[in-house]
Amino acid sequence: MAPVPYHIYPCGDHAITIELGVEIAVSINQKVIALFHYLTKNPLEGVKDIIPAYTTLTLVYDTSLLKKKYPEISVYERMSLRLQQIVEQVTTEVASASVTVKIPVCYDLSLAPDIASLAEIHQLTTAEIIQLHTGKTYRVYMIGFLPGFAYMGPVDKKIITPRRSEPRKWVPAGSIGIAGEQTGIYPFDSPGGWQLIGRTPVRIFDPGKREPCFLQPGNQVEFYSIPIAEFAKLQNT
Amino acid sequence: MSLRILKNGVLDAIQDAGRYGYQHLGVNPGGAMDPVAMRIANALVGNDPATAVIEMHFPAAEIEFEEPVLIALAGADFSASINGEPVPILHPVLVSKGAILRFGKKQTGARIYLSVQGGFIADEWLDSYATNSKVKAGGFKGRALLKRDQLLCKNKRVPIISHPNNGYKILPWRAKITDLYVEKIIRFIPGNEFAFLKDLSKQQLTTTYFSITQESDRMGYRLAGNDLFMTAKKEMISTATSRGTIQLLPSGQLIILMADHQTTGGYPRVGHVISADIPSLAQLPAGEKICFEQVAINTAENILLEQEKTLQQIQNACSFRLSHY
Repeated sequence: MAPVPYHIYPCGDHAITIELGVEIAVSINQKVIALFHYLTKNPLEGVKDIIPAYTTLTLVYDTSLLKKKYPEISVYERMSLRLQQIVEQVTTEVASASVTVKIPVCYDLSLAPDIASLAEIHQLTTAEIIQLHTGKTYRVYMIGFLPGFAYMGPVDKKIITPRRSEPRKWVPAGSIGIAGEQTGIYPFDSPGGWQLIGRTPVRIFDPGKREPCFLQPGNQVEFYSIPIAEFAKLQNT
Repeated sequence: MSLRILKNGVLDAIQDAGRYGYQHLGVNPGGAMDPVAMRIANALVGNDPATAVIEMHFPAAEIEFEEPVLIALAGADFSASINGEPVPILHPVLVSKGAILRFGKKQTGARIYLSVQGGFIADEWLDSYATNSKVKAGGFKGRALLKRDQLLCKNKRVPIISHPNNGYKILPWRAKITDLYVEKIIRFIPGNEFAFLKDLSKQQLTTTYFSITQESDRMGYRLAGNDLFMTAKKEMISTATSRGTIQLLPSGQLIILMADHQTTGGYPRVGHVISADIPSLAQLPAGEKICFEQVAINTAENILLEQEKTLQQIQNACSFRLSHY
């Protein structure tokens, strides 16, 4: 891998961020995820969390522990040096290793309160919107906002839609939304401003499981359309 | 050993040092808002520093102890009483079976922590007992404590000291916490977008007061003060946040992210409150005014190390006193 331009900065006195680009792009996010996997497999001393985002990776660390152990140097400086060494070593051979997850979605009007207005805005039929949304493989760039909320994209240019001007006070769990070029699934009932075009019966976040999160950063996701009868059946299982 | 909630308070819940290792899945760390008070409460009863405690807000719960146990209170002062007689915070207190803990008036602070010797038996979720009420997991059934809830404790040894008739005994030592908290001047390090603040806004950030508004909770403190402005509208791509991150909202007002903060966010980060001052901030109730003082990251680390040493001394002193009592 060619040397990556990067920028390292503190995210508080107990976290450090490395930024590997300044735009939402698959190539940049692949580098973020490669670094995430590397640091998960080769953990740095004192690191408590590793948070990948679109273009950044943030390490949350135990400042007291590290400062006690290495009092002569700033913990941040030490982390920064380690990150610089690592980023220059790590290669991005992840695309081949990424997992593809297929998710059933019911696009029935009763579960898709914004699909009709999207069709109108974009001069498409709802069937075309469904076809465009199910016709692409999306990348999970990052998980944030709520436990298990995956930020995926990019959606087809024809259905890029800004967030609703008035966010909803209540969006049911499983709702599939579009915000700009992103698409996502609400793991919990929550307030939200994304344009809702369908709902999945899959439980996106299950606290009872040892791996509670259905999706992981770096996953590939494909949606497929199911009729409402099947939605009801799957939701009850 | 067990205790029972006779009357519920406002969002009283089991917390510990937080749930780390799952932020890449969007699971926030949570845990005690004031980790220093949690540690003091644990130190006083001889627990490990990160043992689960009950975090209470005002008005706090009324609690009956169903067996004798050693307890301690730390953090806010809500005029605690046992069986109607005042008991101080920051002391270990032996309570008898049937003793009832109540709280009267809010004196200082915003959150009080109750520890019991041995700790509570609570639900563990993703390596932590902290209550996550969004996911409804961890702590006590993943929710705030309610009337009639019974909490079991891991207490192994029943206190052998004979009790006075009034049902409690205050042990004669007190944790000295004066060096652990600051008053109203909250220190921060500049955030990645600090440089994009207008000069006047930078100046106002460190020279004017900001009030903690009523819209402040475990997720974040919304402040009210001068509107602050960026030199240019910077389109942000969502990235990680951390506890103490000071975000500039589109309205020009600030929000400080607290224990239950979202793991990622897309607002400019003008600064980050230093870890050592998070406990002080957590004890400031809505309506209080704060001002910000800028420090270097190296200074922040050194202040935290000093705080850590003080906490360690208190921990050692408490365990020495307990073992010789």
